[in-house]
Amino acid sequence: MRLTQGQFSFLPDLTDEEITKQVQYALDQGWAVAVEFTDDPHPRNSYWSMWGQPMFDLRDAKGVMMEIDACRQAHPDLYVKVLAFDSSEGFETVRMSFIVNRPAEEPGFELVRSEGPGRRVGYTLRSYATGHPPSLRYGAGEGRGAA
Amino acid sequence: MNYVSRKPAADQKARYKPGVLKYRQMGYWQPDYEPKDTDVLAVFRITPQDGVEPEEAAAAVAGESSTATWTVVWTDRLTNCEKYRAKAYRVDPVPNAPGEYFAFIAYELDLFEEGSIANLTASIIGNVFGFKPLKGLRLEDMRIPVAYLKTFQGPATGIVVERERLNSFGRPLLGATMKPKLGLSSRNYGRVVYEALKGGLDFTKDDENINSQPFMHWRDRYLYCMEGVNRAMAETGEVKGTYLNVTAATMEDMYERAEFAKELGSVIVMIDLVIGYTAIQSMAKWARRNDMILHLHRAGHSTYTRQKSHGVSFRVIAKWMRMAGVDHIHAGTVVGKLEGDPNVIRGIYDTCRETHVPQNLEHGIFFDQPWAGLKRLMPVASGGIHAGQMHQLLTYLGEDVVLQFGGGTIGHPDGIQAGATANRVALEVMVKARNEGRDIWNEGPEILDDAARWCAPLRAALDTWRDVTFNYASTDSLDFVATPTAAL
Repeated sequence: MRLTQGQFSFLPDLTDEEITKQVQYALDQGWAVAVEFTDDPHPRNSYWSMWGQPMFDLRDAKGVMMEIDACRQAHPDLYVKVLAFDSSEGFETVRMSFIVNRPAEEPGFELVRSEGPGRRVGYTLRSYATGHPPSLRYGAGEGRGAA
Repeated sequence: MNYVSRKPAADQKARYKPGVLKYRQMGYWQPDYEPKDTDVLAVFRITPQDGVEPEEAAAAVAGESSTATWTVVWTDRLTNCEKYRAKAYRVDPVPNAPGEYFAFIAYELDLFEEGSIANLTASIIGNVFGFKPLKGLRLEDMRIPVAYLKTFQGPATGIVVERERLNSFGRPLLGATMKPKLGLSSRNYGRVVYEALKGGLDFTKDDENINSQPFMHWRDRYLYCMEGVNRAMAETGEVKGTYLNVTAATMEDMYERAEFAKELGSVIVMIDLVIGYTAIQSMAKWARRNDMILHLHRAGHSTYTRQKSHGVSFRVIAKWMRMAGVDHIHAGTVVGKLEGDPNVIRGIYDTCRETHVPQNLEHGIFFDQPWAGLKRLMPVASGGIHAGQMHQLLTYLGEDVVLQFGGGTIGHPDGIQAGATANRVALEVMVKARNEGRDIWNEGPEILDDAARWCAPLRAALDTWRDVTFNYASTDSLDFVATPTAAL
């Protein structure tokens, strides 16, 4: 199940050239670009692992791409995303977020229903991947990444 | 203190002799008055009856929206009356509209109850609009002082927190109103919710008149909708929502419905403007206490916002609603089926979204309006828009907006999921192209066609709707003099 979080998930995976252009756009707005990765794609997981801090002082798209590539090489079987942080008035939040790496297989989520009083149903989303301990969630054999 | 200085006793006696005086003689016309930072300011478009001088008409509006009545009353002298009288301080003719004038009026802060839209509106529009000496009266804009703004909650959630809760950044949000407007059973309704969310939209929406009718009771709707929402979340990994309409006949019923929506785990509820300002403020307080996004449908507004000659401009309604505390408001599409001149819409969107809105007559903004830290209100564009207009929508409306394609999703020839996917792909590809520096206004159609090559749902959407436009003359366009005027 292709995880469709992020602002470009319905498009074919971005090429490095396309990622560089998006990074350049963020830098042109004065935003700080950051890289994060995770093995827990639950929609309410706000805190992926940080690949270093947001790159406040790196204003060169190629330099940012090197960090993106470094993260993807370190965690080839995990989700990796690029974010841009805007510190300006009225925002002080994330302005861009898009996925740049995915596990080869994305097993998706189980919808657990628990019947309550009346006709109420309580819903829980459980990622099939996080049913396994961290070292066994994604990837096959060697290189199974852990976050 | 900036009031008219106390006159000698003989003048006071003359002023308060029983009988009828012109409003401008009673102190409501003060062309030398300097508005204070703490004054509430309003600008009205007035059309006096023949034979009524514009300054007298402006003074009458000031009087009848503050302390005056049609004859002198001695009881005025028991009060600090000069403070409470609204002051008409300026009258300008409306360009190209003989017989119409813009009248600027200042109101003392103490005329108003803290934190009450009901009181603010009862004061400003509660009395004067039926006044016989005026053929027409329209409230065009207001300046709310920071001192008054800070007594209001403002949006319960706001754009930033909404995005953080949805974990969605970098693009407009997508929604769809359920169609047909009325008649679906709960199970069938929930099916449409599921299909649209699974296909790629962030939200679906109850229509304004879906409350609780014989064909679908509200509890059943909520239960089936949440099944649809959660199924779609599991199949996409995204946070999704559907605006559960809690509008009801009484406040108690509304609280009951909102509580049920919360119990079922919805991220958002909706209300209609017709519930009234008091109910809207109550719901905004409830929404903040319960971590719920509050969507407002502006039901009924165009009965009084559309004609330039009489009524209230929607930019004022939007301002009041941001103060009252809703998180979403329908604010116009420009290119869709409902009224919306591009410059007027821009002024309205700025009023919703900006932290400070400077005077801009080209966008219908008459006063500088700081927003004093009140959260930013997400505008919603809904009504007759489709994927083929995505480049225009993104250009006119920007990124912090919810784009709603009801018919444009559900009417897709290959089904609802395909309709949703077409809209999502069109949006993402347009945002990507904009970020890359492409000229999306001119290259938009080409960008969409390129994406349609690999996205069959988009191809079908463009084939079905590409040529649909709604080209009619706007009934509510702007009148202004393009030469700079002093900031007010």
